[in-house]
Amino acid sequence: MAVKVIIPTPLRQYAAKKESIDVEASTVGEALSGLTTQYSGLRRHLYNEEGKIRSFVNVYLNDEDIRYLSKEQTPVKENDVLSIVPSIAGGAPSSRAVSGSILRCICS
Amino acid sequence: MLKLSAEQLEVIHQHAAAEYPAECCGVLLGNEAGEVKRVAEVAPLVNLRRDPVRAQEYMPLRNPDRESERNRYLIDPNEQLRMEKDARARGLAVLGYYHSHPDHPSRPSEYDREHAWPWYSYLIVAVEKGTPRDSRSWVLAPDRSDFHLEWLEIEKAKPATG
Repeated sequence: MAVKVIIPTPLRQYAAKKESIDVEASTVGEALSGLTTQYSGLRRHLYNEEGKIRSFVNVYLNDEDIRYLSKEQTPVKENDVLSIVPSIAGGAPSSRAVSGSILRCICS
Repeated sequence: MLKLSAEQLEVIHQHAAAEYPAECCGVLLGNEAGEVKRVAEVAPLVNLRRDPVRAQEYMPLRNPDRESERNRYLIDPNEQLRMEKDARARGLAVLGYYHSHPDHPSRPSEYDREHAWPWYSYLIVAVEKGTPRDSRSWVLAPDRSDFHLEWLEIEKAKPATG
């Protein structure tokens, strides 16, 4: 069964600049491993060293987060869409706590 | 190079001021032509760190007593999925994201670096006591060791016609 995998913009450079790639698979796990077999440069961005999907990578089957389905074992059917959604997070250095501890040092 | 209009930068600055002392975040949508990323739309998004229980589910904080919406932002992946789908339908791509650093410089932190993706533009606005100061855009180095400053071109507002 062919499913469409949507590649987010930061990873298209590792997938021949394609916006989406069709892969033959019967589960989410098979689709992702099929994808990284075709485009090996994607592997280190999707999997950690233990071969698990990185925690910074969200995978949606149509509109459902696979964490709340059967994760990589989730079955897929013809014409399903699998979206790779990168976690977007960040923030300023946490200096408030740092200056607080300096203050405590001076006081004690 | 990241190109955006003065009006788009103003939208980001107003968002950053409105959310102070919390961090704001949003997406930069547009298209890439050669080395130039031209922003067509700026869309403010919700900082999920304002909802600590849900945020913790997606990305647990290491030091919850030191980390909050005042120095962390996280975009809800469900909102991101909807936004990306809508952008794609309109022929727009995600060029990067913006966020604010309340009372900190517009330089990426170590936490920014650890969570960054290649290629995206990360526009950071420094907000000093509630007033947006400077904005700079950064791109992660290919070996992830650091960020490179990205050339930011602000196009002046077109003079009113008629």
